[in-house]
Amino acid sequence: MPEIFGIPSAALFGQLLIGLINGSFYALLSLGLAVIFGLLNIINFTHGAQYMLGAFCAYFLLSRLGVGYWWSLLIAPLAVGAFGVLVERTMLKPLYKLDHLYGLLLTFGLALVIQGLFRNEFGSSGLPYPIAKELTGGHNLGFMFLPNYRAWVIVASLVTCVATWFVIERTRLGSYLRAATENPALVQAFGINVPRMITLTYGFGVALAALAGVMAAPIYQVSPQMGADLIIVVFAVVVIGGMGSIMGSIVTGFGLGIIEGLTKVFYPEASNTVIFIIMAIVLLIKPAGLFGAQR
Amino acid sequence: MSAVSKLSAAMGLALAAMGAPLVANGQVSDGVIKIGVLSDMSSLYADIGGPGSVVAARMAVEDYGAAKKGMKVEIVSADHQNKPDVGSAIARQWYDVDKVDVIVDVPTSSVALAVSEVTKQKGKAFLVSGAASSDLTGKACSPNTVHWTYDTWMLANGTGSAIVKSGGNTWFFITADYAFGHALERDTEQVVLKNGGKVLGKVRHPLNAQDFSSFLLQAQSSKAKIIGLANAGGDTINSIKQAAEFGIVERGQNLAGMLVFISDVHGLGLTTAQGLIFTETFYWDLNDQTRAFAKRFAPQNNNKYPTMVQAGVYSAVLHYLKAVEAGKTDDGTKVVAKMKEMPTDDPLFGKGRIRADGRKLHPAYLVEVKKPVESKGPYDYYKIRSQIPADQAFRPEKEGGCSLVK
Repeated sequence: MPEIFGIPSAALFGQLLIGLINGSFYALLSLGLAVIFGLLNIINFTHGAQYMLGAFCAYFLLSRLGVGYWWSLLIAPLAVGAFGVLVERTMLKPLYKLDHLYGLLLTFGLALVIQGLFRNEFGSSGLPYPIAKELTGGHNLGFMFLPNYRAWVIVASLVTCVATWFVIERTRLGSYLRAATENPALVQAFGINVPRMITLTYGFGVALAALAGVMAAPIYQVSPQMGADLIIVVFAVVVIGGMGSIMGSIVTGFGLGIIEGLTKVFYPEASNTVIFIIMAIVLLIKPAGLFGAQR
Repeated sequence: MSAVSKLSAAMGLALAAMGAPLVANGQVSDGVIKIGVLSDMSSLYADIGGPGSVVAARMAVEDYGAAKKGMKVEIVSADHQNKPDVGSAIARQWYDVDKVDVIVDVPTSSVALAVSEVTKQKGKAFLVSGAASSDLTGKACSPNTVHWTYDTWMLANGTGSAIVKSGGNTWFFITADYAFGHALERDTEQVVLKNGGKVLGKVRHPLNAQDFSSFLLQAQSSKAKIIGLANAGGDTINSIKQAAEFGIVERGQNLAGMLVFISDVHGLGLTTAQGLIFTETFYWDLNDQTRAFAKRFAPQNNNKYPTMVQAGVYSAVLHYLKAVEAGKTDDGTKVVAKMKEMPTDDPLFGKGRIRADGRKLHPAYLVEVKKPVESKGPYDYYKIRSQIPADQAFRPEKEGGCSLVK
């Protein structure tokens, strides 16, 4: 078997693919953060908790109401998105005029409260969530065994990311959104309801987090901590990609997933720090991030 | 995040510092026996010890009848966040300022080793239930530390030798990259080699990792018959869950969870966990006394049944209080010496004793997780495959390298 750096190439391909799968989650989550930051200027630290809420929502739907995975993919983002809208209306709205720090502190506090409440109720070891029947099993690709569910995660995440990018960067609605961030007063003068648009944007960003949560439920444990563990990494992804850059967050999300995957082969001990090392280097060389515009 | 975690550590300390006023009482220093339950209250080990350990300590104080005997016993608790620096800072604060006499539980071996050192310096007492590293009674043993519930040598010996003897003679380790994982891997490797097996490879993952697919893939390509999981809590749960997803078992390899708790099985569900074999020192359904304990414990702990760690906290605190009463002192070094002198006897672990190196001895059980059809309901999870007698379950005293053993 041919080898690359002492690792059989087949194993390496497997690791690349796995990196891509993890990258899918990074991309989905950082996308939501980028949308929210790019359009609302809020650093949404509740994102991890909202991702967790998505997973719990799927769990409740299944265990209490018998609603399966596919419907959860629709219902959980809607429900958690609605919760996001409520948060935006009641708490975030007064903060838009203030420094970013206030939004950060509020959302961080909120995340702690939500996670704390869930931990009290459900403990920390997590709850089981089965993989949907249609997606169990997998295929032997020759160099690795690819579970169908993981393949689905890559596809679903890519489609969601590209669709979001398309809506924001290439459609009329997206242009309104972008204009509203640049100059809300002017856009409002054209008869567009800017506050409502902003609320809905936040709701959408939150829904993306919840969607990622539902997709993660069958792979990881549905546990109150699941978001807290991930959100720090995802923030690093957003910073590397460039705060608020949609394309940046998608590309770096997948890219860093792959780099992290490779680290797990060559030097596994560093696999949870490698992203932060990259972040430090990127900040030194390009403070606005790889895809970020200097403001 | 580190600023934030420092902030929360400071808040933890502040909360821990808010003890009740002290009352004078002849025998013991400052009249109060103060028990500090130091555990992971919020992260991956919180269901193993955590708030449940506080419940267990409280039940032990009640069952001992401290109030009737005129002993004033207080319990404080704090979250060490699985960080040795946070843990030893809390221990110092407790010993120096808050007059805590004994610290119990402390999952996460790196934290426990740090707390053991602090306890020795301060001449207090430390009853380990949650941590696993056999070094606590080996090269890092201390006259102030008693290691109660289980340790890595016992797990390796119980589970490892059973698996090698049934044909699982080639191993690949997926190991948590800190003191506990290293100790468990080392102890298991010894057992595997001693029984004629081979270790084909190992990979070390950071504590509290989310995704294990990459490590599982490496294990898969090693072609080892057994993938040994030298990790715990959420890490073990995720490893097992993702191994099922990648069809590891279907493709001929088997998993050996070196440290699995009943809370992990509960989190995994029987469909995924069935057939797992591992070693425990406590199961709630062992006999009438353990069942009675679990039935009292669960309602106070969000209906979660006790893990062996929580049972160990109960048993350790009970024996500690007996030793304080018998020795008429709460001086840490003297109480621990008294604890070693007195035979142990409690409803959960039965009769036993504590060796000079601080190792508590009791039987261990090799258990197998039931199939979903065999289980009558939540927490009816184990079949006991065999009982390992107390004198064989733990590392022989002479082999640990503890300086207290002559």
